[in-house]
Amino acid sequence: MNRLITAFAAILLLTLLSGCGYNSMQANEEAVSAAWGNVESSYQRRADLIPNLVEVVKGYATHEAETLKAVTEARAKVGSMQVSKDVLNNPENMKKFQQAQGELSGSLSRLMVVVEKYPDLKANQNFLDLQKQLEGTENRINVARERYNKTVQIFNTSIRTFPNSMTNSLFLHLQRKEPFKADDAAKVAPKVKF
Amino acid sequence: MKTFILLITLMLFSLPLMALDAPQLAGRINDQAGMLTPETKQRLEHKLEAFERETSNQIAVLTIPSLQGDDIDPFSIRVAEAWKLGQKGKDNGVLLVLAQAERKVRIEVGMGLQGVLPDITAGKIIRETMRPHLKSGNFNQGITVAVDSIIAATKGEFKGSGEPTPKHAAKKSSSSFITFFIIAAVTAAVLGYFSRYLGGAAGAVGLPLASFIAFPGMGLFTLFLLAAAGLIGGFLLSMLVSGILGGSGWGGGFYGGGLGGGFYGGGGSSGSGGDSFSGGGGDFDGGGSSDDY
Repeated sequence: MNRLITAFAAILLLTLLSGCGYNSMQANEEAVSAAWGNVESSYQRRADLIPNLVEVVKGYATHEAETLKAVTEARAKVGSMQVSKDVLNNPENMKKFQQAQGELSGSLSRLMVVVEKYPDLKANQNFLDLQKQLEGTENRINVARERYNKTVQIFNTSIRTFPNSMTNSLFLHLQRKEPFKADDAAKVAPKVKF
Repeated sequence: MKTFILLITLMLFSLPLMALDAPQLAGRINDQAGMLTPETKQRLEHKLEAFERETSNQIAVLTIPSLQGDDIDPFSIRVAEAWKLGQKGKDNGVLLVLAQAERKVRIEVGMGLQGVLPDITAGKIIRETMRPHLKSGNFNQGITVAVDSIIAATKGEFKGSGEPTPKHAAKKSSSSFITFFIIAAVTAAVLGYFSRYLGGAAGAVGLPLASFIAFPGMGLFTLFLLAAAGLIGGFLLSMLVSGILGGSGWGGGFYGGGLGGGFYGGGGSSGSGGDSFSGGGGDFDGGGSSDDY
């Protein structure tokens, strides 16, 4: 009889281990981290483009010092931000991150509007290339953000539903992750198209 | 009754108002807007197939009559995500999208090819190579030169196996299968403790059920086979449980009886598509370029 109980206990344990979400919740959290990595690197990619862009525009658009300064400052602010993984768990930090990136988006889109006035600049091969790169980067940012939000949704759902919620509060203590919100800054994401 | 019909109709019509869905992948050239002649279509289809054989890169073309208010960038990435062009791990797919009504064109480049076909090059292909032809309404020529340029740019990056890539198998959710399988096995064992036939019946129901939950969409015949396997498995399990109860030890034989047998092998009813084209599982990150024409 004891053996029967042992056998059942073994089976029960196996079932519980694969059914309680211990593994899947951690896999979901890793997916969130990976998606966040892509978000960060696509933002970084944009920040890296800006010095070149500013340099090229400066040569032609001599009367736009104000706009260029705004871009440079917004970029400096983004660059000085310490982004740790803690951003994901902290709504406050996430908001700050999003705000800084949003400011940069706003100033960039203003820059892209003023360059309309300079036909020479728009014919410049170097500028055209940079513009294409910027467009591609903005699109990558959107894709990365969307994918990140999807993984966050999966993760947040997985830690809140039963029986995962129990496993989480007992063993894992994973925290809810912050998704990107479509804020004002995101709504004016630069349309760098002519 | 009339209100009911009206409601259903309204529900049906409300669907197209959502974001434009990715169309079904019908081949390498998906000319939904009818911009290409049949000859061009066939020539491009052959060219791209040969190119895939040589390099394993997957290039596909999609033309649509209208974006229906959507932007080409998000639409294009949705299509790329749905079609999964390029090989898994290499991410070497390229998608060329044209929207006729909006006069927009986009080249969506898979992550593995962005080194040889960066956004700048994609932009140049559209601006300098394609646009003159598209502007004058010569879509056959415009799309052909674009495909040629994409081929030229991505030629050296990967080596193909010289054969058309096999259809990628549907992703199997084996971990959820194992969970359901264990639940079914426990049920069979408990019932088998009372009666072998009951245990067998539990197996006959449980195994197909577990498989169906984990891999929906399997054929009736497969399910029947699984039911037979489950019957035998449940029966054996019951005998084992009563054997354990009888005190004859349970080493080794338990798993052999319960988990053995080629369940995984019998599970797949793979599509019989002949030489139809399907994406290899490549990933896209939104890189590429789009423009008006």
